[in-house]
Amino acid sequence: MNPMNYVYLSALLFSIGASGVLLRRNAIVVFMCVELMLNATNLAFVAFARMQGNLDGQVIAFFVMVVAAAEVVIGLAIIVTIFRTRRSTSVDGANLLKY
Amino acid sequence: MPTILAATEPTQAATASGVFSLTWLLIALPLLGAVVLLLGGRRLDRVGPLLGTLLPAASFVLGVVQFLALLGRDADDRSIGQYLYNWVSVGRFQVDAGLLVDQLSMCFVLLITGVGTLIHIYSIGYMAHDTDRRRFFGYLNLFIAAMLLLVLADNYLLLYVGWEGVGLASYLLIGFWSFVPAYAAAAKKAFVANRVGDFGLSIAIMIMFWQFGTVSFQGVFSSVGGASEGALTAIGLMLLLGACGKSAQFPLQSWLGDAMAGPTPVSALIHAATMVTVGVYLVVRSAAIFNGAPNAQLVVVIVGAITLIFGAVVGCAKDDIKKALAASTMSQIGYMMLAAGLGPVGYAFAIFHLLTHGFFKANMFLGAGSVMHGMNDQINMRRFGGISTVMKITWITFGIGWLAIIGFPGLSGFWSKDKIIEAAFEGEGWRPWVFGSAALVGAGITAFYMTRLFFMTFHGERRWTEDVHPHESPKVMTIPLIVLAIGSALLGVVLGPTGAIVDWLEPVVGAPGEESTVLPVAVVLVLTELLVLGGILLAWSMYLRTRVPVVAPVGSVLTRAARQDLYQDAINESLFMRPGQYLTRFLVFFDNRVVDGAVNGLAAVLGGTSGRFRRLQTGFVRSYALSMLAGAAVLVGAMLLVRN
Repeated sequence: MNPMNYVYLSALLFSIGASGVLLRRNAIVVFMCVELMLNATNLAFVAFARMQGNLDGQVIAFFVMVVAAAEVVIGLAIIVTIFRTRRSTSVDGANLLKY
Repeated sequence: MPTILAATEPTQAATASGVFSLTWLLIALPLLGAVVLLLGGRRLDRVGPLLGTLLPAASFVLGVVQFLALLGRDADDRSIGQYLYNWVSVGRFQVDAGLLVDQLSMCFVLLITGVGTLIHIYSIGYMAHDTDRRRFFGYLNLFIAAMLLLVLADNYLLLYVGWEGVGLASYLLIGFWSFVPAYAAAAKKAFVANRVGDFGLSIAIMIMFWQFGTVSFQGVFSSVGGASEGALTAIGLMLLLGACGKSAQFPLQSWLGDAMAGPTPVSALIHAATMVTVGVYLVVRSAAIFNGAPNAQLVVVIVGAITLIFGAVVGCAKDDIKKALAASTMSQIGYMMLAAGLGPVGYAFAIFHLLTHGFFKANMFLGAGSVMHGMNDQINMRRFGGISTVMKITWITFGIGWLAIIGFPGLSGFWSKDKIIEAAFEGEGWRPWVFGSAALVGAGITAFYMTRLFFMTFHGERRWTEDVHPHESPKVMTIPLIVLAIGSALLGVVLGPTGAIVDWLEPVVGAPGEESTVLPVAVVLVLTELLVLGGILLAWSMYLRTRVPVVAPVGSVLTRAARQDLYQDAINESLFMRPGQYLTRFLVFFDNRVVDGAVNGLAAVLGGTSGRFRRLQTGFVRSYALSMLAGAAVLVGAMLLVRN
């Protein structure tokens, strides 16, 4: 099977994730879209590693997973805190940090 | 002029030994007094005045011992240097801190410590009721110490330290009652005028170093022979500028009258006996330089002649007893400058007049203080009159001072001033006529204004205000007056006709030489005495025979001008202060508008721009995410473009 197909899939997933981040207001959904983007890159890494025939990309995919796990912990904690104080998880609502 | 230069060739100073190894103590004692009194705090309030008087007195005793030791030496062996330490050592610039006791500095040491001590004693009585006596005596001691350092230094740089110290001490003392704004302003004025002069002295020192590579007296004077006349003239003129500042000579004379703001003993100490004389000291000490620069000498003489007439004219119109005396000081210092500018014929007489003047002027200033003490600190002579009967000692001592300054035959001023007038008539061409006449006329005017002052104060009807009850001052004030009066009477006859002062100073300043006067000496003498008599008679008819109005009459144009110090302040103001003010105003404007404008404008542009850009920070996370995505896309696109 042509490994390029994985790259195309990865690009598709990344685009879906990116449009989700840009278009959705619910912080949980935005967060899940970020995860989608991360996993799209993981897929790309693994596909490229396969194409190059070495393990570098696979190793980096593991790193990304670790980072993503840490990010989930922190990100969810933040979202929960925001929800507790604002009674909403709309990312547009939390816009006080500006000029 | 090789002969004259040879005459003033500096003799090698002998190394200090015996009593002369204590020379540093002369300065250290009053300096110690100043330090202790100024840092000692309130605990010393009670003993302060006594301590402050004893230390200069100790200096005086040491000075007398040294003087006697000098008398016991040969005339050529009376120059004793004391090396203290290596002060400045920078490459080619080597300055040792050293002291020089010779005939000239010994004259000053005795005058400063002697008259200074008397003034200290007098101050104990005069300042008895001032709460800040300790500070006052501390300043007086500081002044004496600075003055001694000035005259004992063996190089120009150390002299400059003393010079500045004198300036500082005079500033502190003139502004002693600085809670009166006018007095504080007077102190500031004196300081600023002095600074102008100090500037000249510092430049002179710089030229010396540039030309001779040294600033020590011995080094400079021994290399004067090889220097160009232009350089010597430049040094001489700059030294003269310094001398004009300290000695209140034209055109830097304006501070002296206002400096009467200080307590009266200060006026006696600073503005009669010591500080104003340092200009004369500087010129006489630098005799070797001036001998090689005839043009600078001529300027010195001109300055002296202008000042002596200027001071005399101003003195005629002042109703404030201290300001009249101040104008008289200015005029008498003018005589000394004139003599000092005449060269070897005048140096010794300049110092002679300086010594006698130190006595009779201190005497009269302290006498004026005594009168003020009895008259509730009033200074307007139109409110005095008839004091002679109630203040007998003050009257008699002041009278001796008065007769001495106008040159009454036999008293000090007669011997010293007539010698200067004679010396002014010596020489050839137009100079003796001009300068001699100036000195002669000055003597007549001096007689007029001093007689006026004396009669208005001590004689005539009593024009006192209701509330004064004059009384003689306490003994602690009258005894210094008596001592000074004796000095005023006898110092001249001791030093003058015996030729003692000329012989004494000859190794330092050179012999007077034999030059003939354009008029016979006897004629000069008779003319002088006639003018003096005329001055006295005029003053008698105007201020004793006729009533003195309590309110000053409007007077002639000249009187009004003289009351305003011949408009010296107005001239200074319009010539220097206003242009300076306009210049600073322009600079301030330039700074505000152009320099600050550029800086502020740039900041405003940046601030405005960033204010606009700030709006980009909306706080919407999704818009940041979009811009990051766009940025990443641009980066990737750019990389793809570069790759291909």
